[in-house]
Formats: sequence, structure tokens, C-alpha cells
Amino acid sequence: MAVKYDFEKRKYILGGAAFLIILIFLTRLFTLQLLSDDFRKNADNNAFLRRIQYPARGIIADRNGALLVYNQPAYDVMVVMNEQIGVDTLDLCQSLHITRDWYERRMEEIKDLRRNPGYSRFTQQLFMSQLSTEEFSRFQEKLFRFPGFYIQKRSIRQYRYPYAAHILGDVGEVNPKDIEADKYYQSGDYIGKLGVERSYEKELRGEKGMEILLRDARGRIKGHYQNGKFDQAPVPGRNLKLSIDINLQALGEKLMKGKLGSIVAIEPATGEVLCMVSSPTYDPKMMVGRQRGKNHNLLSQDIHKPLLNRAIMGQYPPGSTFKPSQALTFLQEGVITTGTAYPCSHGFHNRGLTVGCHGHGSPLPLIPAIATSCNGYFCWGLYYMFGNRKKYATVQDAMTVWKDYMVSMGFGYPLGIDLPGEKRGMIPNAPYYDKAYRGDWSGLTVISISIGQGEVNLTPLQIANLGATIANRGYYIIPHVVKEVQGQPRDTLYSRKHYTKVERKNYEYVVQGMRQAVLGGTCHTANTCMYEICGKTGTAQNPHGQDHSVFMGFAPRENPKIAICVYVENGTWGATYGVPIGALMMEQYINGHLSESSKQKASSFEHKYLFTPTVYNASESE
Amino acid sequence: MLSSIDWFTILIYLMLLAMGWMSVCGASYDLDQGGSIVDFSTRSGMQIVWIGSSLLLGTLILMTDDRLIESLSYIIYLGFLVLLAVTPFLAHDIKGSLSWIKIGNFSIQPAEFAKFGTALCIAKVMSTYEFDVSRWKDFIISITLIITPMVLIVLQKETGSALVYSAFFLMLYREGMPGCILFSGIAAVVYFVVGVRFSEESLMGVPQMSLGQTLVLILVYLFTVGMVLVYTKNKVLWRRMLGSGALAVVLVLSFTRYIMPCNAMWILQGGCVISILYLIYRALRDNLIRYFYIAMFTLGSLTFFYSANFVLNSVMKPHQQTRIRVLLGLEDDPRGAGYNVIQAKIAIGSGGLKGKGFLNGTQTKLKYVPEQDTDFIFCTVGEEEGFVGCAVVLLLFLALILRLIHLAERQPYTFGRVYGYCVMSVFLFHVFINVGMVLGLTPVIGIPLPFFSYGGSSLWGFTILLFVFLRIDAGRNRMKR
Repeated sequence: MAVKYDFEKRKYILGGAAFLIILIFLTRLFTLQLLSDDFRKNADNNAFLRRIQYPARGIIADRNGALLVYNQPAYDVMVVMNEQIGVDTLDLCQSLHITRDWYERRMEEIKDLRRNPGYSRFTQQLFMSQLSTEEFSRFQEKLFRFPGFYIQKRSIRQYRYPYAAHILGDVGEVNPKDIEADKYYQSGDYIGKLGVERSYEKELRGEKGMEILLRDARGRIKGHYQNGKFDQAPVPGRNLKLSIDINLQALGEKLMKGKLGSIVAIEPATGEVLCMVSSPTYDPKMMVGRQRGKNHNLLSQDIHKPLLNRAIMGQYPPGSTFKPSQALTFLQEGVITTGTAYPCSHGFHNRGLTVGCHGHGSPLPLIPAIATSCNGYFCWGLYYMFGNRKKYATVQDAMTVWKDYMVSMGFGYPLGIDLPGEKRGMIPNAPYYDKAYRGDWSGLTVISISIGQGEVNLTPLQIANLGATIANRGYYIIPHVVKEVQGQPRDTLYSRKHYTKVERKNYEYVVQGMRQAVLGGTCHTANTCMYEICGKTGTAQNPHGQDHSVFMGFAPRENPKIAICVYVENGTWGATYGVPIGALMMEQYINGHLSESSKQKASSFEHKYLFTPTVYNASESE
Repeated sequence: MLSSIDWFTILIYLMLLAMGWMSVCGASYDLDQGGSIVDFSTRSGMQIVWIGSSLLLGTLILMTDDRLIESLSYIIYLGFLVLLAVTPFLAHDIKGSLSWIKIGNFSIQPAEFAKFGTALCIAKVMSTYEFDVSRWKDFIISITLIITPMVLIVLQKETGSALVYSAFFLMLYREGMPGCILFSGIAAVVYFVVGVRFSEESLMGVPQMSLGQTLVLILVYLFTVGMVLVYTKNKVLWRRMLGSGALAVVLVLSFTRYIMPCNAMWILQGGCVISILYLIYRALRDNLIRYFYIAMFTLGSLTFFYSANFVLNSVMKPHQQTRIRVLLGLEDDPRGAGYNVIQAKIAIGSGGLKGKGFLNGTQTKLKYVPEQDTDFIFCTVGEEEGFVGCAVVLLLFLALILRLIHLAERQPYTFGRVYGYCVMSVFLFHVFINVGMVLGLTPVIGIPLPFFSYGGSSLWGFTILLFVFLRIDAGRNRMKR
């Protein structure tokens, strides 16, 4: 027997070694599998390709259902930096019709973390946006030669009409600020930039979906993870129905051709904006596609500022269209009654101060004063109101009361329209004048505010809203351009009535005055036998040049369907541009078409140019 | 007869086979086909064939006579040597390896079966009368038996499979080979692997200070100190040496770190030389030859490490260096440092506690892990069955190994015990290297994980190896010859 029993204890050493090895392995497994989540994330990064599915953006129609904005497929070229190693750059550039320089610059831009904060080597980055269908089909044939490059289907906006650019707005790539403000966005996403595209961005965009695909070690797609159990389908955006009447908008834009200014029409009963023209304007198609940046640059350099939406961003002296608001205030405050008459001998004269006026009978009571747009009458009214020390302890108190009336009529603050960038206009208050005149001022000092001059500034929207308030005899609904959001109840914000501080009966007097203005006063050229128009002209003094031509009115007198403001910069008399354009717009909206004679009139206005607009070619964008 | 078969081992074997098959399913599952896992055109389907035939083979072996097997030992061994020798001439090149012989539609790898022949032969030789492995002559005989097939397999360019034969040294250790030989062998491997693995990295920004060299010098010193404790039981000297060594290392490193960067290699080398001189002095003073042996070990360690370094860096040509580094798993992938091991770690780490579930692993199925159904099969266990599954597999292997030790120790004859230890050593080596490489702990040496890796040759090889031992064990109660 050659068995060496001495060595039997060595079985413990060998068994112990085996035990130790397994123990070390278990410890190692414990640290790998249980202590850190990094490996799981790494594994997911390896295996899962999370492909975003973009929802169709909501389409936009006008109040009668005419399609205005819809989607068209476009194709973005995406790149994953980590995978694009070994691509033949020259071949790629030729296939995409880009230069080598452009390629290198773009690659640098993508990697620049300042410009592209969400950059990662492992995810798809936007390389080139919006290939047309032909470009796409040509590139796709060669795509297999360019590992790391992918095609992402997108949809871009298309426009049926060359109108309403300011209302519709546009979409563009998100900038770093947008991404920071809302985590929903990633670099390369689109976001509404202007108009309803911006203000209704959340409704229009829908919700992105996500496909989780399995990707093998060579980058080949092997189908959906767990047969798509964890995929999320995109939720399409909601469609919008605007309150805009595209025919009215088109007519307005034609009438305003070659003129600076704005037309705003509101349906008084609902606050719906029927048209909103800002001139000069541009074709919304210019803001589509790869030319957007270039075109945007061109437009922003134009001295006539076509990108500015004058209807809500232009702040103008309202001139005489402001007078009805004064009449209402004086009546309500008891400064005047309908019988009160003030003298006017070619103007208002008081202690050496003169506010001029044109020739008409004197003295005049309220209604003819409105009809003839007598400056003297409203100056006296403000003079007596601000000088009434029995009712108002100080001129400041009187000013505050006056200001509250103005604010209740929607002046001095943004009305809250559902478009971005609305300006507030200017209604001065007592502290403002205290500061300007060091406390030493009286009604006489600020007398020009009574005729819509001086410090008073309104946006065309606010003037139109004044028309709507008078048409409603005492209230307005916040003007809005979106009538319906698909599948969403209407926001009560846009159905609540905002009453002014003036009683309904006083409005009736002002309505009579505005009716008289059309029948035999300043607006008589607007008169028609088809329906009763009420109106008020304005000739706003402009220290920088020709006076501005303004018209504010509504029709018909009972159950009004439209309230309107026409503001033509440097258009001289209110009756020259404001009244006829306003009358044509009312006719178009109320009758649905223009009569033959009106058509002729309209085309003659189309060709009256007050300046030479720059012509942009929207087809360049293709 | 049936009652003397060790059913416990067979149960472990069957459980490992079942888990192995599940892993092959997970690893070879093709998302494109998405088809049946039992289809014979798939690897998981083929593995069923291998498993079935292995079970048949095992049963047949249990039905033979162990005495017959024992008497055929030399013939079997010689037969395998001939087969191994001719294999490179018959084989066709598979990924640079010349170890596969094609028979009909199937390829077999003789190296996988030769382990069994070698184990049989060495057991037979060692059971001869008055054989003593601690005698030089007998020791040389036994390592010649081991090294011959190793050399033949290296000629097939299957270095990994050849290294498995070094596992037999564990058996030799049990049979009386001096422990210092085994220890020196292990120490040499550790010096070499650590030295080469970390040779490119420098310590504390001083270019001359190679991290690998520093670690090896510290290891040499630690081993020396350890041997002082084990072989001389001189605790005072042990404490003094350990303390002064630690102090020297701390001082040198902090000087370099905080005061002035300098090349501290000389000081560390000097420390080792001083300890050698001191040990020789002690040997002469105390008249104790053991101190001298320890000093020789230390000197040998330094000589081995620096000459290996010199050969690797100055004598070998670059492509030969690369081959060594590839063998050590330092340079085996075209996609950058450690791609395989990183992907393996990701696959295992992503499994978590309970894993992703059968056939739900993504890393392995999407082919991120290389050799996922053969050498890296443990990744699939880690990913799909999680920590729980891995622990079960490892504990089953541990149970198998401990059971094999137990069975080997209960053999009445040297032949059975030696063969049993050979089987145990082979399994331990395979599990240690394979799982260790997947976990990034040992060099990447391409050897299969028993019962898990796909392939008929390895499964049959392990089955024969194990069941021959079970047959020998079943005959243990026979009347003594």
C-alpha cells in the first residue's frame, strides 16, 4: 500500500482553495450585479435604440373650415457620432449636395456643447434638416454606405394661402433656451415661434411617442423590444379652428398693400377676431424649409418691419376714434348730459391755449359733436371734469377716476389676446403727470388726451375692441383668434363678459352719435342702404410726418356682426383711407362678397401705394 | 452495483446540464429566426443531441468494468498521444487553431478527450508499488506524463487547452509533492501575470516606476515573509520583517508622492536583496538550512521575474510579445482595450438580483458578448438568471468539487484516488479560469465552462472524465486484491 496518510490533510487545503475561489467569485458578482446600476444602463444603451416618433402637428383651419395650415412630409438626416466612423465624407457630401466645408462646420456645431447642450455620442443628432421627397429618395438608396447616418421622417408646415402670416406664425428648430425651459424638447425638435403656432404650441404639438428597438453589436435593428410592449405611440396634436375669416383677411391684406398699418375686425358678441391685418406682411411659406433662417434674416432687416404685428404691437395715438370713450366717461360721471352744449369756434380756446377744430356750427350738443368730431366739445368736457373740485378733491383724483374708466374699456393693459407679443398701449395716470410736471398740472395741461392725442397710445386691437364694446353697449369679451381647439372645451377666459364702468343707456347716445357721423358727418362716404353702419373717423396727428388715417366702427347698428378698426399710417384724413377701407371690409363680411362697384373701389385701393414695399419671393424657399 | 453508484454526483451533473442547456438557448437564440429552441438547426437544438448522447455515454461507462478501464490505461494514453500528434496534420484551421478533426458532419477536438487518458495513465503509474512523488525520479516521470500531451496541444495552437494539464499539479500536491513546488509555480504565474498586466502603467507619474514591477517586488517580499512564518515558525523575525518592509514601502512611496518624485525602484529592489543577505546570514548563524532555502526562493523569484521581463521585452520580437499578451488576455480584441471583458461585465452586471428571465437577455442575444455560447457562456447565466442564478451555478460547481474530493479520499486504492483528484483538478481549473475570465479576474484563456459551453467534444470529454471516476468509485467495495 503506497497510500501516504500524512498527506490526507492536504484535501482541506485543496477544498479550502476551491471554497475561496467560489467565495471570491460570489463577492465579485455581488459588486457587479447588485451594487451598481451602471452596467444595466450600459446594457440598455448597448441594446436599445430609442427612436422618437413624432406626432403630426395639429392642422389649422379658418372659421368656416377652410384649411389654412397642414403638414407635408420632410426628411431629416440624423447622425450618431459614435457609429459614423469610416464614412466616405466625399461620397456623403456629393450625395447630399453639400460642400466639404459645410460638412465639417456642421460636425463641429453638433459636437459643440454650448450650441447643442443635449449632445451625446450615442444618440441621433440632427445633421441636416428637411430634405425634400426627391432628395430623400436619392439619399436613401445610398444610405447603406453611410453607417451612423439615419433618416428621420418629420412633417413640415405647408400653407394654402399667402395670407395671415402674423396670426399663423411659424415653426422652427428649438433653441437652447426652449430646451432648458421645457424638458419635452430635444435638440432638433420644432417649436412654434410666432403667432398661434407659439401660443397654442402645447395643443398643436401633441405628444412624442417612443419606439424601443433592439440593436445588435453591429448596429443592425432586430425588431421591437418585447414585441413593442413598452413602445408609446405618438399622440397627434390638436387641430385649431381660427375665428379668422380667410376671405376677409385676404381682402384686408390686399387693401392694405403698399400702406403701413393694420386692420382688426372683431365679432362683438363673441370677441372673435375676424381678421387681423398688419401691413407690410409676408407670405408664410417663406418661413418653411431650410431657407427659413435666411428669409427670417431678410425680413428682420427690412426697414418697414414686416415681422412686426402692428395690430397688437403697434402703439398709435387713436386720435378722434378715442372721443366716444370720452363721451361715455363724461356722461357716466355727470359732467355732461345729452343736452349739454359747448362752444367751438374753430377750436378750443382757454387761457391762451388753443386746440384747433374744423368749421361746423357752434355751440353743439353731444350727438352732433360726435358726428362732426368736434375737438372743442371734448376738450371742454375734460376741462370741466378735471376742474370739478366739488366731486374730485384734486386733479389727481379726477385723473385716477378717468384712468379707471379707460382701463375698464380695455386700454392701458394688454387685452390678453391669444397671440404672443401683445403690447399694452399707454394710458397716463396721475403719478405719471406728477412726475412729468413735478405736481404742477391741471386739466388744461393734459387736455389733448381727450381727443386721443398726447400721451394716449392704443393698439389697433384696442381701438377695434372699443368698437366692439360700443356695439355691445357696455361690455367686451377678450378678443381671440382661436375659435375652437379640437377635443378641448372652450376656455372661459374667452367667453366671460368684461363690463365697463359705463351704463348701457349712455352707450345708446354714443351709438346715435356714431350713426349720425355715417349719415351726415365725417364718415358719410361709408353710408349704405344695405345695413346701418356706425362709425368714427380719426385723424391722428403725427409729429414725424403725415397724419394717420383711422376708422373705428361697427355694423349693423342693432345686433352688430362686426366691429372694426382701420389704421393707415400717414394716410392723412380718416376719411381718405380709414373710412372706405372699413366700409369695404364690413361689406365683405356682412354680405359675404363685394358688389361690382365695391370691387372696383377695392382694386383702386389695392394700387394706392404710400410706400414701395420690398417684394419677397416665397418660392425661393423651395 | 446500482447502490454503490454515487447518485449525489449524478444529480449535480444533471442539474448543471439542465442549467447549461438553458444558457445555450439564451446565448444562441437568434432574434431573426425567432424560431423554436429545440430545432436541430439551432445550437440549442444541437446541444440537446449532445446532452442526450452524453447521458447515453455515461450510462455505457457505468455498465463497463472499472478493472477493464484500469488495465487499458497505458493503451488509451498512448492512443491519445498518437492522435494528438497527428491532429495538426489532419485538422483544418478554425480561427487559427489546428485542434479540430472533421468526422462526417461533426468536428471533434481530441484535446478535450486526452485529459481523461492522461488522468488514467498517471493514476496507473502512480499506483505502482513504491512509487513516491517526492522522490526526484518518480516526480520527473509524473511531470513527463503531464507535459507530453501539453506540448502536443501547444503544437495545435491551443495554448488554453494545454494549460489545463497544469491542473494535475494539484493532484501531485495531494500525493506528496512538496508544497513549495506548487507554491513556487503559482508564485511564478502570479509574478508574470501581474508584471506584464501592469507593465504599461507607471506609479505616481514617475515614468521609471512601473506599477507592475513595484507590485511584483512587494509580492516577492510578502511571499518571503510568509515563508519565514510557515517554515521557521519564527514569529519575532516574521513581525520584524513585515514591519520593516511595510515601513520601507510607506516611506518610499510617500517621499515620492509628497516630497520629491524619484525613482524608488532601487530602494525596493535593495530591500529584497538585503532580506536575501540577512536570511543567508541567519542560516549561517542559526545553522538552519531553511533560512537558506527561503533566501533561494526570494533570489529565484527576482531572477525569474527580471529574466522573464528581459526575454519578453528584449529577446522576443514584437509579434511574439503580442502573442504572450494575447494569451494573458491583455490584447485580444480589435475594438480597443478589453472590449470582450467590458461587454461581459456589462452583460453580467445588467442581470441584477434575479436576472432578465429565460431568453430575455439582450446583450448576449444581440451578440455584444463574443464567444457567448462557448467560452463566455457564463455571461448569459449572469444576464438572464441574475445573481441568484450565478450563485446557484457556482455553488453547484463547488458542491461537485468538494464531493469529488470526498469520493477520491474514500478510494481504497491509489489508482482511484489519483484519478479522482485529477478529475477534481480539471473541473476546478476550468471553473476558476473560465468564470474568472468572464468576471475580469483572470487572463482571457479560451477554455470551456464544463457542461455549459456549447459543443459536443467538451461535453463528451467532461462526461467521460466524470463517469469513469464514478465507475471506479462504484467498484470501491470490491474485495481487496
